Amino acid sequence: MTRLIVVRLFFGALTLWAVSLVVFAATQALPGDAAQLILGRDATPERLAALRDQLNLDQPVAVQYLQWLQGILQGDLGTSFSNRLPVAEYLADPIRSSMTLMGLSALVATPIALFVGAFSALRRDRGFDHASSMGTLVVASIPEFVIGILAILLLGPGGLGLFPSVYARDGGPEQWVLPVLTLALAVAPPIVRMMRATMIEVLESEYVQQARLKGMSERTVLWRHAAPNAIGPVAQVVALQLAWLAGGVVAIEFLFNFPGIGKILMDAIENRDVPLIQAVVLLIAGIYILVNLIADVIGLAANPKVRVANR
Amino acid sequence: MNASSTNTVSEAPARRRPGLFRTAWRFGRTKVGVVLTGLIVLIAVVGPFIAPYTPTEFVARPFEADAAGAMFGGDNRGRDVLTRFLWGGWTLLLLAGAAAGIGVAAGTVVGIVAGYRRGWVDDVLMRTNDVLLAFPQLIAALLVMSIIGPKVWLIVAVIAVSHMPRVARVIREATRKVIEQDYVKAAEAIGLPRWRIMVVEILPNVTSPLLVELGLRLTYSIGVVAVLGFLGMGLQPPTADWGLMINENRQGMAVQPWAVALPVTAIAILTVGANLITDGLSRAAIGIDRGVEK
Repeated sequence: MTRLIVVRLFFGALTLWAVSLVVFAATQALPGDAAQLILGRDATPERLAALRDQLNLDQPVAVQYLQWLQGILQGDLGTSFSNRLPVAEYLADPIRSSMTLMGLSALVATPIALFVGAFSALRRDRGFDHASSMGTLVVASIPEFVIGILAILLLGPGGLGLFPSVYARDGGPEQWVLPVLTLALAVAPPIVRMMRATMIEVLESEYVQQARLKGMSERTVLWRHAAPNAIGPVAQVVALQLAWLAGGVVAIEFLFNFPGIGKILMDAIENRDVPLIQAVVLLIAGIYILVNLIADVIGLAANPKVRVANR
Repeated sequence: MNASSTNTVSEAPARRRPGLFRTAWRFGRTKVGVVLTGLIVLIAVVGPFIAPYTPTEFVARPFEADAAGAMFGGDNRGRDVLTRFLWGGWTLLLLAGAAAGIGVAAGTVVGIVAGYRRGWVDDVLMRTNDVLLAFPQLIAALLVMSIIGPKVWLIVAVIAVSHMPRVARVIREATRKVIEQDYVKAAEAIGLPRWRIMVVEILPNVTSPLLVELGLRLTYSIGVVAVLGFLGMGLQPPTADWGLMINENRQGMAVQPWAVALPVTAIAILTVGANLITDGLSRAAIGIDRGVEK
């Protein structure tokens, strides 16, 4: 198993490197003078010179890339064009906000999704199961920003007026409700489905039958024999959903005007602030790859066939 | 969901192909999906012909909710909301359809070649796939749009490329099962060229996962095209486009909800309908739920 995990880690690092190449190449794909194109109408001689210097435009492409990569590895993400702050410093607060938002959403969604999934499995093919199956299918198909807007229309100022629809710096905790609700709804359906499918599989297995035949109480069967064996595959899906959150927050933060990395990314795109765009994209891709990696390792560790093989 | 209850669904398209479609049609959810999708497609296609105004005509004050002559009021610039809603659907459908079609076609080619050739071809293709998969779909699109600028062909290309590795993975698995079959071995034995084996022997036998994949990718494409419009990175003003409409009018959502509610509802119904059809197809194809991947 260790060997498999090491190989997986190696490929994770390789992928991250490839992503850095793509992100770097994206700025190189601009025809002509990149500095001129990036700045567009805002080009002043000083800004042009500063940008050329920053991108090392007078040096070969390979050298430019290596210097950029070296900077990133040392935590130097460059300087933002629009506000002249070091990118790393500028991103610290938004990262914290986004992490809080994603964490809260995961904390709300996961236990409820697990419960609904397990309960559907126990009530298989009855009313509750059908309702949750339809519900997850419907919610899973609607794009998350549409869910967010529907939530605003229903619960926001224009509808019932329960919660504010826009995040303000001096607002109270109630302004977290709609963004968290939206993201929680967006990540929950696959967890529900996986939990249901896995629980059904486990409940039909011979060891659960055996435990029942031994005369154990249904509760013991459920919690000591069934649930632990369902954790592996479900944990993998939970991790995958967390990875999805890294990209999914962008539209939601934009919608609710929430000051996180997604909002920063959209502002950076508006201002054509290339170092900031590069940094945020790398960051999101990095989180995505890392969490996917964790999901794979969990999957490997939870699979008894892999765990026992060549020990 | 009792499939034998025969509702008379009027908009049922006459699908001649037996097998997968016929099996899928037996599920009630497929019928509901076809009705929902058909309704929105109808609005999108017929809409421009029955719209009361032109999409750029000013008929009300900005965000005026109950203007005379405009059923759903005016938008952020005072244009007729109903007209722009009726005009704004076909672009979304066209872009999403093109992106899904191209992406699934490319992914199928890659998947069949990788699955059939194996060896280093397989390794190279699948490793490239892994790199492409490392980007969340939306982030990849935003990166390219922000650098090159929002262009129509680019929207289609970026979404198609982001679909390709996901489709390729599924088709490769299906291909590897097919090439174990005797008829493929027989074709090899009589010396059919490789491309003919891939086109004539393998492709017809992976159509079930292919169709499911097409439905799934179409649903995601609709979502991505819409969200790009919503983020202002899709079609540009003054185009009437559902995603863009939401972006333009969300500031006035509290006073003039229609300009946002109409396109949002349409997108929601369309994606639910498309996904219901996909779910029916996948149940018919493999007999189990899918859609774990977001």
